[in-house]
Amino acid sequence: MNDIEQTLRDSAASLPAGAAGDLQQRLAERAARDGLLDVAYADVDSPLGPLAVASTPRGLVRLAYSPGDDFADELATKLSPRVLRSPARLDEVRRELDQYFEGKREEFELPIDWSLTRGFFRKVLQQTARIGYGSVGTYAEVARRAGSPRAVRAAGNALGSNPIPVVVPCHRVLRTGGALGGYTGGLERKEFLLRLEGVTVA
Amino acid sequence: MKLPPFQALLDSHSDEIYRFLVVTAGPGEADDCFQETWIAAMRAYPRLTRADNLRAWLFRIAKNKATDAHRSRARRAVPVEAVPERGAAGGEPDVELDEPELWAAVRELPPKQRAAVYCRSVLGIPYDELAELLECSQDAARRSVHEGLKRLREEWTP
Repeated sequence: MNDIEQTLRDSAASLPAGAAGDLQQRLAERAARDGLLDVAYADVDSPLGPLAVASTPRGLVRLAYSPGDDFADELATKLSPRVLRSPARLDEVRRELDQYFEGKREEFELPIDWSLTRGFFRKVLQQTARIGYGSVGTYAEVARRAGSPRAVRAAGNALGSNPIPVVVPCHRVLRTGGALGGYTGGLERKEFLLRLEGVTVA
Repeated sequence: MKLPPFQALLDSHSDEIYRFLVVTAGPGEADDCFQETWIAAMRAYPRLTRADNLRAWLFRIAKNKATDAHRSRARRAVPVEAVPERGAAGGEPDVELDEPELWAAVRELPPKQRAAVYCRSVLGIPYDELAELLECSQDAARRSVHEGLKRLREEWTP
């Protein structure tokens, strides 16, 4: 006799679920207009594999290699729970990254949001951001420019925690003497980026 | 308090919220109600003090947006008799649906019964959650489901 509930359940699947892509994109645009979209993120393809990027109204805040499900969780925990996937909000980021990987861009014009960094680490990363395309610095140099010449190891840790690799070019920082040192995304990626920029890697 | 990224709510619930709005607000209003629902949710989200029943919270917002849409359509409507309203709740059955007459009958139910029947019979939402969603007692929620199903049985034969 329970007929009608069963029929409702069975046929509910044929109701339209128009919520995919288009409606979600409109929602993100509207949320941004209303000042509610604190963090937008999207995937970007690159020669280094899939990347995920995130922006706030202030600028690019995060870039991750091989991102997983925890990418958005981290943004929600550290920045704001108002996080939406919105490829359109990251078009400019994607465009500049594409140009960079094609060798057609030497400098990023994207504004940077430094919110995920603080203190000495932020200073180190900001100094690193000033190393130009195709040039390299050393851990000792960025430590000195960040105001603590003896904090070489801490400078290395700061670079290892870089929330925006590639755009904040921590790959341009090497050991004194030219050894590669470490890299957040693995040394093959560091070598790839340096070669792309025409740096001869030891 | 630790809240999941808002996108996770959208990924988990946007289809069922959209369908709920198609049923409760009508196909012609569903898109707008969907936007209004999620914008309202996003506005309130960081101030939430509990994260244990986000689905009922979302459905409650959706139910209120569907009710608002009905009210504003009623205000807009010119009181002329027998002008069929396109895309209104009720009205023409949607041919592309399975059981279009049944869904048309659902849309003829009073708004609260419509929401109650959909959430209980289709989504299987438990009564305590349903009471929260409908903003009434559990007994009243049970009655709404019961009355709604009774009416559907009267008006629809398989």
